[in-house]
Amino acid sequence: MDLNPMLHVEKLSKSFQSGQRRLTVLQQVSFALAERATCAIVGPSGSGKTTLLGLCAGLDRPSSGSVTLNGIQIDSLDEDERAQVRRDFIGFVFQNFRLLPTLTALENVMVPLELRGETNVRPAAADWLERVGLADRMNHYPAQLSGGEQQRVALARAFINRPKILFADEPTGNLDADTSERVISLLFDLNQEAGTTLVLVTHNLDLARRTQRILRLRGGAVISDERTDGEYKARAGADARE
Amino acid sequence: MAWRDSRSHRRRLLLFVSSITLGIAALVAISSLRQNLAAAMQAQAKVLLGADLVISGRQPFAPEMEALFDSLGGRQAREVRFSSMVYFPKPAGTRLARVKAVAGDFPFYGKFETEPPAAAVTFREGQNALVEEALLLQFEAAVGDSIKIGNVTFRIAGRLLRIPGESAANAFFGPRVFIPMRFLEATQLVQRGSQITYSVQFQLDPNVDADRLVRDLKPQLTRHRLNSETVASRTRELGRALQNLTRFLNLVGFMALLLGGIGVASAIHVYIKQKLDAIAVLRCLGAEIRQTFGIFLVQTLMIALLGAALGAALGVYLQTLLPRVLGDFLPVQLEMNVSWRALADGMITGLGLSSLFALLPLLSIRNISPLLSLRSAFEAQPHSGRDKLRWLLYLAIVLAITAFAMRQMENAVQGLFFTAAVGVAFGLLAGVARLLTRAVRKYFPSHWSFVWRQGLANLYRPNNQTLMMLLALGFGTFLITTLYLTRATLLRQVELTGADQQPDLVLFDVQPDQAEQVADLIRSFNLPVMQQVPIVTMRLESINGTPTRVLQRDSTAGIPEWALRREYRSSYRDSLNDNETLLAGELQRRRTQPEETILVSLEEDIARDLKVKLGDELVFDVQGVLLPTRVGSLRRVNWQRMMPSFFVLFPGGVLEGAPQFQVLVTRAGNAGLSARVQRAVVQKFPNVSAIDLALILTTAETILSKVAFVIRFMAFFSVFTGLVVLAGAVITSRYQRIQESVLLRTLGAQRRQVIKIMTIEYFFLGGLAALTGMLLAFAGTWALARFVFETAFSPAVLPSTMIALGVIGLTILLGMLNSRGIVDRPPLEVLRAEA
Repeated sequence: MDLNPMLHVEKLSKSFQSGQRRLTVLQQVSFALAERATCAIVGPSGSGKTTLLGLCAGLDRPSSGSVTLNGIQIDSLDEDERAQVRRDFIGFVFQNFRLLPTLTALENVMVPLELRGETNVRPAAADWLERVGLADRMNHYPAQLSGGEQQRVALARAFINRPKILFADEPTGNLDADTSERVISLLFDLNQEAGTTLVLVTHNLDLARRTQRILRLRGGAVISDERTDGEYKARAGADARE
Repeated sequence: MAWRDSRSHRRRLLLFVSSITLGIAALVAISSLRQNLAAAMQAQAKVLLGADLVISGRQPFAPEMEALFDSLGGRQAREVRFSSMVYFPKPAGTRLARVKAVAGDFPFYGKFETEPPAAAVTFREGQNALVEEALLLQFEAAVGDSIKIGNVTFRIAGRLLRIPGESAANAFFGPRVFIPMRFLEATQLVQRGSQITYSVQFQLDPNVDADRLVRDLKPQLTRHRLNSETVASRTRELGRALQNLTRFLNLVGFMALLLGGIGVASAIHVYIKQKLDAIAVLRCLGAEIRQTFGIFLVQTLMIALLGAALGAALGVYLQTLLPRVLGDFLPVQLEMNVSWRALADGMITGLGLSSLFALLPLLSIRNISPLLSLRSAFEAQPHSGRDKLRWLLYLAIVLAITAFAMRQMENAVQGLFFTAAVGVAFGLLAGVARLLTRAVRKYFPSHWSFVWRQGLANLYRPNNQTLMMLLALGFGTFLITTLYLTRATLLRQVELTGADQQPDLVLFDVQPDQAEQVADLIRSFNLPVMQQVPIVTMRLESINGTPTRVLQRDSTAGIPEWALRREYRSSYRDSLNDNETLLAGELQRRRTQPEETILVSLEEDIARDLKVKLGDELVFDVQGVLLPTRVGSLRRVNWQRMMPSFFVLFPGGVLEGAPQFQVLVTRAGNAGLSARVQRAVVQKFPNVSAIDLALILTTAETILSKVAFVIRFMAFFSVFTGLVVLAGAVITSRYQRIQESVLLRTLGAQRRQVIKIMTIEYFFLGGLAALTGMLLAFAGTWALARFVFETAFSPAVLPSTMIALGVIGLTILLGMLNSRGIVDRPPLEVLRAEA
């Protein structure tokens, strides 16, 4: 077991009050991921994938259990402290791209650095857009870009703050097959290049198999934890199992 | 289906329509007021005049007229009124007041409201006076104290609360004091040259028609320069004034309704945008265009009906407040009853207008393709510019506004003018708002921090209602700022009058034999006598040989009646003052030979009104003596200075022997010294009256603040409508805001950063709206000052800044209240709660 995993999830549970009933969407989930590891979370709709991702990224509070990210136990932090963790260590890619409609592609990519209070970030953002092949679309607004282009802007935004860990929620869910393939290749290339830990939520088993490890969820619990001979092996450290 | 579909949006839809509620409320309340006023004036018609017929003139009635009056039968009462200083011995103080010496039982209809009530009758029994309440308050005097008018000391018998037919606003121009006629002579205030009005009031026999009688008496009345007033003419005159007041208020209310209408259109537009998917799915499932359009039309109409009903109910409540707001301006006692006609009018207008405005965005439903349900992100909306129905709807809106305005104005040209003015006003507001937002966006420093740039960028989010909110808030700001600036400009004009060693105290009605003593008295206070001017009253008898009474009847002459009928107060001197400039001709300094032509100098505006030029002949009637003159020169006069200036200036050597009084002008420099001088003058020369700058300032301030209160009350409707529209827009965009905030929080934004972004957005919104309104207000007030008041524009920076800050503060407050709960909770929790 890695003593200092990038992500350590311990007996994580989440339940909601739904009318008179208490609904448990995640129960007693535990796992750990080493630095630079890649992992897919799969499962049918309603199995708790997105809830798990949200808890791992500090977007929500668990009902019980703990999440330690880069050595910081984030479940005990307040909302602003968790935002600070996300700002400093985490990158996100969403199914529906989630770009700010009022900002150009370039400005969208600048956001994470600007939130840190960094100045003169335009060149870095332009550089990232160039790397995702959108040098000529920098000043376009999201509404003026295709779905694939919007997802590439989202990738540039996710990587610009050099995150330790990247959470991707169905990153190709809204794209056609060809565009999906290009975006996924780019995602894995950038991830490998940056040495980022990757947590990918997907329905797509082929895509899941490109990671080193697949966690299967059903009814809020992990039903299998499979190691694959994924396309990209971890370069340092082995994945830690509890 | 319409009902089921609205289930999840009813509250939001209701808010859309609440933007028209206030406009409808204003219309219902004001229409109701108008009808109650008409009913009250009908019921109290005779009380408005207090008599059946009043005849008045500037000279004591000639024996021939007295004989005529006696032959008319019925009952008579008399009144002699003039302005005079009233002296309050305790505490010592003086004030210019309108003194009315009365005899007889006037009013024959209605009664003076006094405290104690019996004083209205008993003051006539002894050496008593009825004194206007405001005057008693000013000098902290009470019933039982004494006042001195001229040489006579009166006991204050009662406080005068209300006079039938006169609004309380009359008191602003000069408080009134009633004394019994039999003490008038002893006051020694009635002297040659004094400005006095003599009236006789009649209660005619019931079978005498006052209006026919006036028609029959017309030749005699004209010959003796007498004016007449009957119940019908007074009602007509008051009705006109009140109609103007209610029309103005109604139009302001209508503007609030229009703003609300635009708010409805804007909100329904966003609502339909959010419903695109649902509409496309309905179309996929086989719904016809007619059916989908019908669903949303029914929803909108139902909610509009509810909004109109709410507005009408609020209007009924508001109408009970209006008499309190307008109380000082109303000459009749009002009993407010619910006017069903006003209620129906307001509801129909509101419902019609909001339906028309709501139809504009609803039309786009016809163009929504079922394909949208498959490819929502990329389906382009058809261009609406070629939609004939849309243009027809625009036309219907313009026609509806014009029809409303024409009905209000009862005049087609004025109605069209109002519609055009509304178009120009909204066009200007929209233009300035657009220009400002573009300028801010273009010139905003790109190196400013992210939160500032994002706050600004939020104004341009898809489906934004920025322009609409700028219009609504900007219009309210415009109204209020214009009001303040106009008030400041007018007050500043009065203040400037007394600045820089300019005269600030005018003593008038000084008899020629008193002039030197009064001057000595002024000098004894170490004050200069800056001017000593003789004044002779006269009337214009003929112009170039045509009698003025002929010109009055000649509508083609184009000379305003007031210029022909007025009493000219003229003076004579051999030089121009420093507030006068010679424009044409030459000033005749002195007429040395009796046969020499008298060359008068005319002020340029009166010369234009009388349509005379150099060399034209004017004959003046100087208290019975006809004086032929010719126009020798034209002058420009700066009327802003507090010094006697004249339309007609005579040369020396002509009027010296005519009945006249003198005016003395000095500068006291401060209110205390001015009051002491006035007291000393009045004690020694009771017939002399004084006007000082402080009095003018106080009067102007009182009138302006009363008027301002009424306008502010109406401006409130626009501002509040603006805020309701703002609240609606913020709530409509709440889901977008949450998405943005959650995304920013996900990307690591701190709570304070998200709050700052939202605050900056509302700051820009409020700031741009305030700036739009203020820019137009400054331009409007400048134009008013330049072209209407003919004075220098006084930009009141502090009040304007306060208004701007108020608008910005309210916008931020309302925006933040509506955005609460977005930033405090974890992003996923927020999304779940709002889903």
